[in-house]
Formats: sequence, C-alpha cells, structure tokens
Amino acid sequence: MRRTLFESLTHGPLTEPAPSADEAALAELAQTLDRTAHAKLGRSLSIREVDAGSCNGCELEIHALNNAFYDLERLGLRFVASPRHADVLLVTGPVTRNMREALLRTYNATPDPKWVVAVGGCAADGGIFAGSYAVVGGVKEVVPVDLHIPGCPPTPAAILQALIALLQHVAGNGAVDADPAKSTHSSLRSAGSTRSVTVAPRLSGGGV
Amino acid sequence: MIHPRNAVTEERWTAAIDRLAAGEVTLLGLWGDTSRVHMALLDGNDVSVLTYACKDGRFPSVGAKHPPAIRLERAIRDLFGLDAVDAPDARPWLDLGFWDVRHPLGNKQPAEPPRPYAFLPSEGEGLHQIPVGPVHAGIIEPGHFRFTANGEHVVRLEQRLGYVHKGIESLMAGASLDRAAKLASRTSGDSTVAYAYAFALAAEMALQATAPPRAAYSRALMAELERLANHLGDIGAICNDASFALMHAQTGILRERCLRAAAACFGHRLMMDVIVPGGIARDIAPEGPASLRALLVEIRRVFPRLVELYDNTASLQDRTVTTGITKPEYVRQFGAGGYVGRACGRAFDARRAFGYAPYGDLEFEVPVLDAGDVNARVWIRIREVEQSLALIEQIIDRLPGGAVMAPMALKAGEGLALVEAFRGDVLVWLRLDAAGRVERCHLRDASWFQWPLLETAIEGNIVADFPLCNKSFNCSYSGHDL
Repeated sequence: MRRTLFESLTHGPLTEPAPSADEAALAELAQTLDRTAHAKLGRSLSIREVDAGSCNGCELEIHALNNAFYDLERLGLRFVASPRHADVLLVTGPVTRNMREALLRTYNATPDPKWVVAVGGCAADGGIFAGSYAVVGGVKEVVPVDLHIPGCPPTPAAILQALIALLQHVAGNGAVDADPAKSTHSSLRSAGSTRSVTVAPRLSGGGV
Repeated sequence: MIHPRNAVTEERWTAAIDRLAAGEVTLLGLWGDTSRVHMALLDGNDVSVLTYACKDGRFPSVGAKHPPAIRLERAIRDLFGLDAVDAPDARPWLDLGFWDVRHPLGNKQPAEPPRPYAFLPSEGEGLHQIPVGPVHAGIIEPGHFRFTANGEHVVRLEQRLGYVHKGIESLMAGASLDRAAKLASRTSGDSTVAYAYAFALAAEMALQATAPPRAAYSRALMAELERLANHLGDIGAICNDASFALMHAQTGILRERCLRAAAACFGHRLMMDVIVPGGIARDIAPEGPASLRALLVEIRRVFPRLVELYDNTASLQDRTVTTGITKPEYVRQFGAGGYVGRACGRAFDARRAFGYAPYGDLEFEVPVLDAGDVNARVWIRIREVEQSLALIEQIIDRLPGGAVMAPMALKAGEGLALVEAFRGDVLVWLRLDAAGRVERCHLRDASWFQWPLLETAIEGNIVADFPLCNKSFNCSYSGHDL
C-alpha cells in the first residue's frame, strides 16, 4: 500500500484540465432558464442520478466522472444518495413505463430549485427504444427537462462539459423555478412564495 | 456443438424436464414464440433446443420440477400469455401493471388495472421488512429488493425486477439485421460487445456465413477488452463497498485506460456497434495495436501491486472472506455462469465449451475456485484479468490481415449462439424471414440464473453486507428485464 500511496504523491496528478463549457448546452440553458427567478447556489451542485430504463451504458460513463481523470468533485459537483439532497437530477434511459412513476416521485422529492438533465439519446426521445409498448419515450414526457446531453452513451468529457455549462449558468444568473405549472409537481415547498434565499431549502435524511 | 432445433411431443418435453430435475442437463433458456415455447438445454458441451407447441396456450411447467425456470415462465406468461400448467408461482414478473397492453408479444389484450404484488411471507418474532428501490442510492440500475431481517441479519431477500423492461424483443420483430444488431448491443451496455458478438454469430449461423479471420480476431479482442474493463471496475467497486476507496481509485484509473485504448482502436469507448453480422463495421485503427501494447505494459506494472494490496489488507479480507456464500448445489442446478459459477466449482465458460472463433486457436485458462464467497468472486476476476491480458497479447501478435466483412445473402433461417460476456454466458436465438429480417429474437442474459442465487447468498448475512454481495454478483438489470 505504501508504494501505491507514495507513487501518487511523487507523480503528477492524472486529472486533466476541465473542459470549457459546452456552447450548445449554454444556448439550451439560456432558453430553458430564462423564465426563472434568481438565487445563487455558488459553484456547487448536488446531483442525483436516476436510471429510468437505460441499458446501463450511460451509467458506466457517469461513473467514470468520479475517476482520477475527470474528478468531478473538484468542480463542486457531487453525486448524492437521495433526491432530498439534490439540486440536479441526471436522468438516463427512454423512461420505461415501469419506471415512470418512480421518476416522477424522485422529481417530486427533490427540493426547489432543481434542474433536470437528460443524458443520452434514449433520454431525449426514447432513442432506439422509441415506439415500444413498454417505453414512454423521453424524460421530457414525464418531467420538465432543462438540458439534454446527446450521445450513445455520451463520453465523460461531454457530460462534464454540459455540467460545467449548467454550473456556470446557475452560478452566473442562477435560478429558482417560478413557473407555477412546473411547480405543481413539487412536493417540497418553502413557506413563502418569494424565494430570495441564497441556498436552496433542504431537508436532510429520508432517502427514497 | 449446437444442434438444430427439434419440435417435440409432450412426452419428450416432460422427459426433458425430468432430466433437468435430475441434474443430468442444464437449462440454458426458456422462451416463447407466438404459441410455442422453446427450451435450450446444455448436455456436456452440446446445446439442443426443444420446441413445444402449446395446446390452448398451455404447456407443461418446467418450473414445477426445476425452479430455475420459474421466473422464465412468469416472463413468458407476461409477454406471450402462455401458461405453464401447475406452475408454482402465478405472480407476474416483468409486467408491473403499467403497460397499456397485456401479452404484448402474443395474443394482445387490453391492460387490466394493476393488482397489489404479494411478496413472499416471512413469519417470526422480531422480524421487520426493509424495502429498497427501485431508485437506489448509488449510480446503479433500478430494481426493488424486499429484505426481511431479524436485527441485522437477513432472513429473506426477495427481488422484484422488470423496472427497466424496454420491450426489446417486440422491437426486434420485423427489424432489419442492422437495426436488430443495434438493439442487441443495447440489451446491457456493459456487455455491448458480448451481445453484438452473440447476435452476429446467431445471424451468421442462420445465413450460413462466416466472418473473415481478421474480423473474428478483432471480435475476441473487443470481448477481452470489455471483460478487462469490467473486471477492473468491479474489483475496485467491490472493495469500495467495503469502504476501501484506494483500490477503487486505482482500478478506476486502469479501467479508464482500457476505455481510452478501446476508443483509440475502434472509435468508441464501449465499442458499441462495431461487431455486426458478417464481420466488424470498423477495422482497428492503424495506431490501435501500439495503444493496446502500452495498455498491457501499464496494467502489468500496476495490477500485481493492487492484487497484493487486496490480499494483504486484513480489514478488507474480513469483509469479503466467507461473506455471501453460494451453495454449490444451487450453482449447478441454476447453471450459474461467469464468476458466480466459477467461484463455486462450476467450470463452464462458453469460450472453452464451444470454442467459437477465434477462441479455439487461442491459449487461455478458465480459473475455478470452490469457496463461493465474495472473496472467491473477486479472485476469479483477478485471474480473468490476467487471462484477458494474455489473450489480448496473443490476438495482437496473430491478428490476420484481409477483409473484415463477409458477403452475406439474406434468406430465411435460424441461429443460436452463446458468447461468454464478462458476467457469464449470453444466449441469442433468432429466426430470420426470407428477406433476412428478424421474425423473432430472444436474448438471455447470464443474470437470469444469477439473480436468484443472490437471494440465497445473502441469507444469514448482515444487511450492511448486501451492497458487497450485490456488487460481487454485479447482475444486469437491463439485460434481465429486456
């Protein structure tokens, strides 16, 4: 063990420079988040991953974000175990009918402000599984989506670029969703209707 | 050797069930086909497929005498509406009550309102239940686990799966070979190479075609790279579930290097859609072999040290040794493949059993252990990493030149193939129509015969060891749910 640890001290880090924000993602975010009010989470977002019927290819690449090459956490992004702790839902898969309710409940368990990122071709429109009796066909059919990351599966670098774009957008002109239609989904309400908080209201514990 | 399919009488069907129950043959698969059911059997290294034409949508239950067939029969009922007579479990399996249609692959009926699902009872003083999922805490696939525990000790685990059922087999029907190969490749993303490989071999059997030698070697190269990447990821992830993060970080680096080498060779990190019926869609990049040699050097430099670390860390061994033991009789009965089988005395490996091209020409060992615990499943992976490294080296050394696609004349036919994925044998059976379109394709993941053993392996263990046991099995949800 000593040798392994020593080597990681003497060798330079494997972690690569973070990519710049994805331009297409920034453009999509500019459109979807225009309707939002302002709040700042700083450069920090907690992500809850939800597999809504993926082939698990996307999960492999999302996992890779935690490895030494991409090291997601250095950017203030981290995966959390419960939607109650999350700011972002990272959703994969064409949304199977069998997962539809679980996705909706997970969304409702996530406190405002929240963002939904659909990862992979299936999450966009059902992809190759579109048209099946068992598939809803895209995350936006079930919950509002703020950002799509294309690819089958998208590379970790592509996911990172898009998440950095989201982070910049939130940090720069940050947002609480004030769209009443969208807010009806939410089971967690802060007491007042004006939310000039700088940090999102959170509940701790109570994982789903 | 894979024998042609045989239509059988009720007498021969029930005789086969008796042979299964007596342990003389192993069940490789059981699937529906409009109003018929097919059963694939393994006898030594011989594979045979029996077909029973259902009478009034009923067939003699295999599961009644041979429990490994129970979930398969429940799936057949959900998808085809075919009933196994005297089946021991009448509950649905893949149909969780959210579809618009019942029996989507058979005689379609409008859906009925969902009925509450009755979990199996556990009775006794002080027992409590812990429901987990379908959305889990980690970045993993969805499924429901119902634990009944006495204090910390698990008395019963019952799985409820089907959440990621996408209807792949219905999408297969009528699909062109190209589209069907893409669907097969997305049955379980972590085994995309193995599925594409098995689908291609089955299609080539149906069309009486053979992939050129360069394609055959490239396929095995991809299959071993996939095995290597997954085993490295798993070894680290198992240790991580025992809170030993250092191993996870180190094997994560090696896994990433594998995927980057794969991308350098074949243009895709998971090598999706490279294997197609007839050969491979992309030849290896000119700089591919060099990047693979560099990968081998790096893994051979680092991996032995990590193995030593695993072996010498008492706190880690304390978690993995004697945890989650599978019983050898269950492993034999269920025909559990991959590291689950080989960690518990079942030496089956489809590469060795069938020697499909090019494995008949390559030298490798099939490691087998007897303990059947988490530790043994880790060690099988460690040994298989070493074997895959040796195989990759042999393949690059011997990679033949020439074409990578064989010409294929589309026609009607049937084919079956078994390919050894990293977690065990994948079975693909298909029937093509005269235009070479898929009429029916069945894909059976190794997980079908491993998931039930996880239920048995966790019994008597503490709840906190479940993630460790689960990761050591690493069954596919998507591959199982289809």
